[in-house]
Amino acid sequence: MLAERVSQLNAEYARAIDDDRLEQWPEFFTDPCLYKITSADNYRRGLEAGLVYADSRGMLKDRVVALREANIFERQAYRHLVGLPAIRSGANGAVHAETPFLVVRVMRDGTMDLFATGRYVDTMVDEGGALRFRERLVVCDSSRVDTLLAIPL
Amino acid sequence: MAASDSRHEWPGASLARVPYWVYQDEPNYRAELRRIFEGPTWSYVCLESDVEKPGDYRTTFVGEMPIIVVRGAAGEIHAFENRCAHRGALIALDDGGSTGSHFQCVYHAWTYDLQGSLVGIAFEKGSNGRGGMPDSFCKADHGPRKFRTATLCGLVFASLSAEAPPLEEYLGTEVLGRVRRVLHKPVRVMGRFVQALPNNWKLYVENVKDTYHASLLHTFFGTFRITRLTQGGGVLVSPDGGHHTSTTIARADDAQSTAYREQGIRSEKERYRLADPSLLDAVDEFGDSIQLQILTVFPGFVLQQIHNCLAVRQVLPKGPDAMELSWTYIGFADDTPEMRRRRLKQSNLVGPAGYVSMEDGCVGGFVQRGVAAASEQLSVVNMGGEGAESQDTRATEASVRGFWKAYRRYMGE
Repeated sequence: MLAERVSQLNAEYARAIDDDRLEQWPEFFTDPCLYKITSADNYRRGLEAGLVYADSRGMLKDRVVALREANIFERQAYRHLVGLPAIRSGANGAVHAETPFLVVRVMRDGTMDLFATGRYVDTMVDEGGALRFRERLVVCDSSRVDTLLAIPL
Repeated sequence: MAASDSRHEWPGASLARVPYWVYQDEPNYRAELRRIFEGPTWSYVCLESDVEKPGDYRTTFVGEMPIIVVRGAAGEIHAFENRCAHRGALIALDDGGSTGSHFQCVYHAWTYDLQGSLVGIAFEKGSNGRGGMPDSFCKADHGPRKFRTATLCGLVFASLSAEAPPLEEYLGTEVLGRVRRVLHKPVRVMGRFVQALPNNWKLYVENVKDTYHASLLHTFFGTFRITRLTQGGGVLVSPDGGHHTSTTIARADDAQSTAYREQGIRSEKERYRLADPSLLDAVDEFGDSIQLQILTVFPGFVLQQIHNCLAVRQVLPKGPDAMELSWTYIGFADDTPEMRRRRLKQSNLVGPAGYVSMEDGCVGGFVQRGVAAASEQLSVVNMGGEGAESQDTRATEASVRGFWKAYRRYMGE
């Protein structure tokens, strides 16, 4: 069942991030791909810039290496709650889906905040039996980010 | 309010020592809003392209004052306080839009023209001969406060004060030239984001002016040789201290420098290479080898050129220990698809998730929290001496001292 495969992909994606297995995160994407974090306002207005913009698996890997090796931020973790995907079509081998998400950020001192809500606007393809994101637009409901956005959504 | 209303005192005339209460004290913060943001300064409020046609408006803030910026019928730009003269409600509720020829307050339908003048009062003459406003009430005597506006290279600035010198004089010829260098043709908005920072607004402005920290805090920079203190460049401080421009110039001999390695500084990680170097596929679009130019206009405007990644940032104070940074990512109207894509990729460098700006989002909070019990202690701002003059190195805090020079003058300290 397609809906089940998409839900499973979303669940594994969220687990990889929340369990701090970021090195596996690029593997959820095709190469090339498009991963972009933006706001609903920019998305609606057709403004292209993203908080994160990656169009290759290499750029996703670079993001992870930068987080591990270069960037400075206080220790923190996410808890993703990912909703049910609304599957738009399954034609021509590509699957389009929109899935709501909610992310709680947990800081090293225990502070827990609702960090982001939004929807994933996805295009997925089957690559040798594995469903991967050819495009994952992370459309956050709010345009405001608290402090910084380090770990991917 | 006089400085003596605050129980705090500056420790002396030196610009190289800053007491920590300036980041904490509520009366001092309120005085800043009045003397600086509502005083004889110019604040960036929006892009000209945000208010393209008559009736187009945007809402924003000068300090904490909500304002409306709107294009008038003859193409002029007006700005006025977003506050109804009647009961003080916001007049415009959205981020922007088009209003036709008037604004109308939702509360009691008082009406304003595009210059912010009160022109209509619902039931002014009452109903059936009863009620209504007294005959003595003069609409012209009531209205939101009006700003002077000035445009420069597609940027709109506003000032509440008749005392502020004309914008170009306020900036001075050198800073003016650095604005014109970047914004030399019509811009196009590529995206907008807001970053809520857990620190006093001045900590962010100091951070932007602080050329010393860039390659030390932001290891991404140093590692990929995007900028290092050993590269060419320098810092230009306006004569009044308030505005600055820092530049980094490409220089081939940088690869030979061992200054970082010899000092064992964390940012020297030699084997760190990008899997996809297209991120840094930059072109010298201004034809002058300047890779980075960061420019500030006192009190809270930033124009950023990091390679081909261009943005304007607006500093909005939200209380003594909070602020918002409003980012507008821009390109030029005539960008080719390749240039647009290049800017999109390089935008990974900046913003709340930026490889070289992420840390600026949290470091102000580290100071705010670090000085929680140190209001009478002093920050040391001594790199490059005591003065606030332009220097041909970035291993200096001259432009931070320039900020305090201007700040103390406006505050009457």
